[in-house]
Amino acid sequence: MNIYVLMKRTFDTEEKIALSGGKINEDGAEFIINPYDEYAIEEAIQVRDANGGEVTVISVGNEETEKQLRTALAMGADKAVLINIEDEIENGDQFTTAKILAEYLKDKDADLIIGGNVAIDNASGQVGPRVAELLTIPYVTTITKLEIDGTNVTVTRDVEGDAEVIETSLPLLVTAQQGLNEPRYPSLPGIMKAKKKPLEELELDDLDLEEEDVEAKTKTIEIYLPPKKEAGRVLTGDLNEQVQELVQLLHTEAKVI
Amino acid sequence: MNLIFTEEQEMMRKMVRDFAESEITPWIEKMEKGEFPREILRKMGELGLMGIPVPEKYGGAEMDFTSYILAIHELSKVSATIGVILSVHTSVCTNPILYFGTAEQKQRFVPKLASGEYLGAFCLTEPSSGSDAASLKTRAVKKGDQYVLNGSKVFITNGGEADVYIVFATTNPKLGTKGIAAFIVEKNTPGFIVGKDEKKMGLHGSRTVQLTFEDMHVPVTNMLGNESEGFKIAMANLDVGRIGIATQALGIAEAALSAATAYAQQRQQFGQPIALQQGIAFKLADMATSVEAAKLLVYRAADLRSRGEKCSQEASMAKLFATKTAVEVATEAIQVFGGYGYTEDYPVERFFRDAKVTEIYEGTSEIQRIVISKYL
Repeated sequence: MNIYVLMKRTFDTEEKIALSGGKINEDGAEFIINPYDEYAIEEAIQVRDANGGEVTVISVGNEETEKQLRTALAMGADKAVLINIEDEIENGDQFTTAKILAEYLKDKDADLIIGGNVAIDNASGQVGPRVAELLTIPYVTTITKLEIDGTNVTVTRDVEGDAEVIETSLPLLVTAQQGLNEPRYPSLPGIMKAKKKPLEELELDDLDLEEEDVEAKTKTIEIYLPPKKEAGRVLTGDLNEQVQELVQLLHTEAKVI
Repeated sequence: MNLIFTEEQEMMRKMVRDFAESEITPWIEKMEKGEFPREILRKMGELGLMGIPVPEKYGGAEMDFTSYILAIHELSKVSATIGVILSVHTSVCTNPILYFGTAEQKQRFVPKLASGEYLGAFCLTEPSSGSDAASLKTRAVKKGDQYVLNGSKVFITNGGEADVYIVFATTNPKLGTKGIAAFIVEKNTPGFIVGKDEKKMGLHGSRTVQLTFEDMHVPVTNMLGNESEGFKIAMANLDVGRIGIATQALGIAEAALSAATAYAQQRQQFGQPIALQQGIAFKLADMATSVEAAKLLVYRAADLRSRGEKCSQEASMAKLFATKTAVEVATEAIQVFGGYGYTEDYPVERFFRDAKVTEIYEGTSEIQRIVISKYL
C-alpha cells in the first residue's frame, strides 16, 4: 500500500507566543511535529505494518523542517519529502500548501493519505480536505478509527463527541483526531536508522510550479494576542446576598442569562 | 569548547524528555511509596534505553557515551530514581561484561541486558569495606569447575530486582587487590540470599538491599576476566560510573532550579513576585550559575570519555562539583518555596532527599578529592 502522511512543523505546545513587528517571534522557540500529525504518522505505520507497503511523510516547510521529518523516519516511516519554499514564498496560506502538496501527489498513485485534523498553530483544518479536492479523491476528517479491508474502508469519525461510521474506499484521504492511536516514541535504534533513510528535498521548480500558481488566496491583515485575562472578582456578604449579586451580574454585566 | 550535540543526540534528548514527562511523572507517587518501576523499565527497554552504548550486534543502540549521559540527564530531571537504576544497570553491570566478558558471556548476558529483559546490579561494597574496596572479605574458593562464594554485600542498588549481578570476591586475601576476582551471578543461583531492604532517605523507588552468599556455587565460566583481574574490572568503569552519577546530580539540580524559578515567578509577597525581590533573585542567579558550571564539567568529562581519552580527574571533578551543586541547589530551592517547600505537596523536598546520596555513592566526595589531588 502506498501511504502518504502530510506533516507540519509547529511551535511546541509549551512555547509562549510573542509578537514582534506584527509577526510571531520564532527566536529561540522549540519546534515539534504538529501533535495531530503524530497520530497520522502512527496510523500510517500501523496500516503499513498490517497491509505492507511504504510510508512517505511529506512536509511543506523550510530547511529546519528536516528535523521533524527525521523524527518521523525515526518513528518508522520509510521515506520523507521536504518541499522547501523558504526562499520563494513569504506569505503562503492553506491554498498555497494544499496546492503544492496536491501537485506533488498527483502522479504518486497514493492509496491512502493521512494528515492531522488541524495544526495547532493556525488551526484551520483546511489543508487535508483541500488536497483531497484537488486530487478528486474522497476524504473523511477527524477520524478516531480506521479499518481497511482490501480497498474497502470503514472510518469512525468524531462528531462533536459522537461517533459517525462511514464506509468508503481507497484511494482516500483522512485526517486524524486525538484518540485515533497512541503515537510511539522514536526508539534509539529508530533514531540511528533515520539518518540512513531517504529524505528528498524539492523546490517549487521541481514541481513545475511558479510562485503565482500558489499565491495565497487570503491576506493576513493583523496578528494580535488575545486580551489579557482580567482578575476575577470575589463577592462578599452573606450567601443570599452573594447569590443575588451573582445572578444580577450574570444578567446585566455578563449578559449570559 | 561548545556544547553542540548531533542531530541524533538532539532527537534522543527530545524523545527521552517527552518519555520522562509523560510516562515517568505519573509513576513518581508510586515510587515514593516504594514501588519498583518495573513497567517503566520495560518501556525503556522497548525504546532501546537499557542498552544505549551496547553494540548493535548485541541488540543495543550503539550510541556514544555522551548520548548515554544525555539520557541519564533527562531522566534524572524527572526522577533521580530512574537515573540511578539505569546508571547502575549500564555503567557497572552491562559495561564490565561488554569490556571484559568472553564471547560466550557477552552472547549470554548482553542482549538480554540491552533489551531490558534482564536488569543488572553491581556488588562491591561490604559492611566493613566501603571506600577501601580492596579490603573486601567475601571469599571465593575454587572447587573443580565451580567457585564457592561466601560473604555479604551491602547497599546493592537494584538488588533483589536485578537478574544479573557482578560480584567481587577474593580468592586469596594475602594477594590484596591481585586476589580479587569478578563473577557474573544470576539471581536464581542457590545460596544467593536477598537480605533486608534499606530504608533510605531518598530514591524511594529504587531498591537497595543487603545480599548474603551462602556456599553459592558459581561456574568457572561465569568468572569475568581472570582470577586476579577483579579489582581492575571494578576500577575500570569507575570513571563511567562517576560521570553517570554526576549527571544524575545535575538532573536533580536542574529540576530544583526550574521548580524554584517557576515558583518564585508566580509567588507574590509584598505586592510583587518574589523572583523580582533581590534576596530571592540573587539566590536564583547563584543556583543557575552553579548548575551551568556543573553541566559544563559533566559534558566535558563525557566528551573526553566519548573520544576515548583519559578522564579520571575530570570525572572526579564533575562528580564532586555536580553532587555538591545538587545538594546546595535543592536546599536553596526549599528555601525559595518557604514553608511549602518543606511539605510533600511540592517536589523540592524530594530533590533534597534524592540529592544527598549523590555525594556518597559511586565514590564519596572525599574520595573524589583524593583522586583529583593525585593528578595535581
